[in-house]
Amino acid sequence: MTDQKHIRNFCIIAHIDHGKSTLADRLIEYTGLLSKREMEDQVLDNMELERERGITIKAQSVRMDYTADDGEHYVLNLIDTPGHVDFTYEVSRALAGCEGALLVVDAAQGIEAQTLANVYMALEHDLEIIPVINKIDLPSAEPEKVKQEIEEVIGLDTSIAVMASAKAGIGMKEILETVCAFVPPPKGDPRAPLRAMIYDSYYDSYKGVITYFRVFDGTVRKGDRIRLMASGWEGEVDELYVFRPGLTPVDELSAGEVGALAASIKEVKHVRVGDTITLVENPAKEPLPGYRKATPMVFTGLYPVETNDYNRLRDALEKLQLNDASLSFEPETSEALGFGFRCGFLGLLHMDIIQERLEREFDLDLITTAPNVVYHVNLTNGEQVVIENPAAWPDPANIASVEEPVVKASIITPSEYVGPLMELCKDRRGTFLNMEYLNTKRVNLHYKLPLAEIMYDFFDQLKSRSRGYASFDYELAGYEVSNMVKMDILIHGNPVDALSSIVHRDKAERIGRTLVTKLRKLIPRQLFEVPIQAAIGSKIIARENIAPLRKDVLAKCYGGDVTRKRKLLEKQKEGKKRMKAVGQVEIPQEAFMAVLSTDEEDD
Amino acid sequence: MNLALYVHIPFCIQKCGYCDFNSYAGYGPEAQRSYVEALMHEMDLWARRPEAAQMPVTSVFIGGGTPTVLDGELLAAVLRAARERFALTPDAEVTVEANPGTVDVAGEKLHRVREAGANRISFGVQAGQPHLLRRLGRIHTVEEVERAVAAARAAGFENLNLDLMYDLPGQTPADLRETLTWALSLEPTHISAYSLIVEEGTPFFAAQQAGQLDLPGEEAEAEMETILAELLGAAGFHQYEISNWARRGFECQHNQVYWRNEPYLGLGCGAHSYLQLQAPLGNLGLPAPRLSASRVQGGCEVHTAPGKRGDHYRFWNLRTPTAYRNALEAGRLPVEAGEAVDEATEMAETMMMGLRMVSGVSEERFMVRFGRPLESVYGQVIDRLQRLGLLERRDGAVRLTARGMRLGNLVWQEFLPE
Repeated sequence: MTDQKHIRNFCIIAHIDHGKSTLADRLIEYTGLLSKREMEDQVLDNMELERERGITIKAQSVRMDYTADDGEHYVLNLIDTPGHVDFTYEVSRALAGCEGALLVVDAAQGIEAQTLANVYMALEHDLEIIPVINKIDLPSAEPEKVKQEIEEVIGLDTSIAVMASAKAGIGMKEILETVCAFVPPPKGDPRAPLRAMIYDSYYDSYKGVITYFRVFDGTVRKGDRIRLMASGWEGEVDELYVFRPGLTPVDELSAGEVGALAASIKEVKHVRVGDTITLVENPAKEPLPGYRKATPMVFTGLYPVETNDYNRLRDALEKLQLNDASLSFEPETSEALGFGFRCGFLGLLHMDIIQERLEREFDLDLITTAPNVVYHVNLTNGEQVVIENPAAWPDPANIASVEEPVVKASIITPSEYVGPLMELCKDRRGTFLNMEYLNTKRVNLHYKLPLAEIMYDFFDQLKSRSRGYASFDYELAGYEVSNMVKMDILIHGNPVDALSSIVHRDKAERIGRTLVTKLRKLIPRQLFEVPIQAAIGSKIIARENIAPLRKDVLAKCYGGDVTRKRKLLEKQKEGKKRMKAVGQVEIPQEAFMAVLSTDEEDD
Repeated sequence: MNLALYVHIPFCIQKCGYCDFNSYAGYGPEAQRSYVEALMHEMDLWARRPEAAQMPVTSVFIGGGTPTVLDGELLAAVLRAARERFALTPDAEVTVEANPGTVDVAGEKLHRVREAGANRISFGVQAGQPHLLRRLGRIHTVEEVERAVAAARAAGFENLNLDLMYDLPGQTPADLRETLTWALSLEPTHISAYSLIVEEGTPFFAAQQAGQLDLPGEEAEAEMETILAELLGAAGFHQYEISNWARRGFECQHNQVYWRNEPYLGLGCGAHSYLQLQAPLGNLGLPAPRLSASRVQGGCEVHTAPGKRGDHYRFWNLRTPTAYRNALEAGRLPVEAGEAVDEATEMAETMMMGLRMVSGVSEERFMVRFGRPLESVYGQVIDRLQRLGLLERRDGAVRLTARGMRLGNLVWQEFLPE
């Protein structure tokens, strides 16, 4: 047990690629926890996907020992936070476990929207914020300007700011000294009833769920019987750990400390981020504040390309759910795609990651239907139904009104791109709220946008219209009434359920036209002419025809060709089997993905 | 049982832009001579084996590459060697492929070849417009075609094929009409007209990937097919296979062996054979111990009992002239690999190849060959394809409809085993 006075719990807030992981690595290296050679590049981003994308999905933690210039020995717990808006809640819990934060800002690029959102969250949690101006060794670095921006925009005192270059190892000592000097030590009574907050977990096939937590009050020991207050789970602590950076067993952890426990918890769904751990004997009266259950915001249908893979897909989703309680799924049947699952995600990145992991780690070939948000549909009989799936859309005759989720978005951009970005927001049905100048050259644009409108390629568009300079963040802002309709796609006269989508009435024609044009290109020609139509109810709003196949024949086949040509035909036949038959029409899987991007630009 | 003999000459003056055949430019006379020696050695080895010795050989086809790249005497020696070692029937069809640009004006080479027993000549002509010939990478001119055909006639070739191509980049229906009119004026007995296949690995493929292959497009291609049927029909030719037209009685016997899925022995580098093996093929593990189609790679020491008698095997020779020669110099058959063709596959291939012919697959022949009626094996498939208007069934045969002829791939794949 470490004396509270010498504990410092802190996290790093940074925009993607402003150098968060590199900085964490350098700090670990500097405190001598790992030698350079032991560092597997960036220790904290564990998942292959995280490394590839340069983002953090799971919060990681590390405990460092440091002897400061004042001669005292300190224990520094660095809690790494996820870096994406989909995981805002997870970030908030990780921040709640800290007393301080390093605000890493790129000396050349300045503050970004994402950073700003997290800084405000850190301020809400009363964290001591230490600005770290990173990459000062870049020729384009303007550290003084960035400092000024931090003062003006966030209102932070930058007198304790540290000039650093994580890459070059500049400023590491200064950062550690500043943390020891300015981040307050944790408070809390080690003898009070136990209250520890869960900020992350993962599933280990030997030990069960490994639960990451920060102790606020009391002490937890190996062998204690614990209760998770929101989920109600109870059991015995098998092991307690601190992060060195691997899990290193300890006997007890008390108020102010950060660690992990294994308690043979079989399912991650019992271990919810934000929940409070207490002891079964002498429990806390009240849980720690701030717990809420993660709710999926985006839904999509996932179907195996090979129908035989249905069970494998279910097993894979179950395995992923072991590690990710925010992933939800339930069986769904589509006429066109057969048996699959309706899956709910926290957001688009979350969806993307899950899909990619299913394909990579479980070697599954998937067909994904267009993602949709959750709509609240008010019926004429006064009831409200929650719609997660276009297939469940009520008969329009019974719909009084539809509400869709909206977000408040903040876009930070150099002022010269304001025009194109406002145009983009307008095109996405955005409502302008206001615009503030961060300095003479940069502005923060505030918009209200339907969540559905930022699901597709909004971020890509934002980047391309601002030459990569604009950054974007949003928070959910409730539901608003909107003129949404269900658009069906008919192929050869048959509606294809998996291609139905919910669209705004004013945009339906445009989306319908784009989609049928795309489908015409993606669906191979058949023996007969195939009309493709987009319809709202019985009204056709767009139509294209696929001309019948004229010719498909091997012109030459002699003695030396038989084996090769037979294999060619086998391959062709195999490809056909992978298509989904809707009526008499064979539709390739890409066609089902066509709905994913309905912008004309990418034609 | 009869046998057809294919002999591969893998040399060309230069490779054409569309060609993915096993052919090589740049081999000199010495390399050609030692290749022919190896070829004769291979003939010796086969002539001693039960599958080929004493078997009546009803056709010989010297193909390439460009057989006429060889010196006349060397090419004649190949023909004589085949005749000496194998039992050619008196009326055997003996074809030599020729490039009009590799035939001397005096007709010396063609005389030699004719004397050595060739009775059919097949010229690669492809098109009748200088710009198209250049575009294809052909080495000959329009005039050289005319001179070569005259020389062949003078040498005594009465059975004469011209290979043509259509749906070529830069080709118009009018070009094809002109080509056909001109080709017919040369009075061939047979015309092969191939619509261009852009094969992977060819310069044409690369051009297509780069978006630089100006193919005529669907409508023009359809028009070209109409022109083919119209002009060739009017000139007294009838179509007997997807890409082949002949005057009555001049259908290519050798190629019909392939389309009827009957046995053939391929000699030369990369050549394919289709035979009932009766003795192990070197150390290749052929015949295979199992009856299912199993592919066996060369080089591994697999000693096996022969497969069921009557099983067919398809195998192929080492692809490069050098590897081929080395194997023979070491006294081995130059087979690279092969597969046993089980009955289901044999049936499928019989349909896939047979339905290329306008006469289709004879129900009687199928019954005799497999001991089962066609109906019992493919009844449902045939019904379905009939309903789709791709197949028809009459006069004791199943054949492609006119539409089926253009959509053969869709038909053939239905016969493949699951």
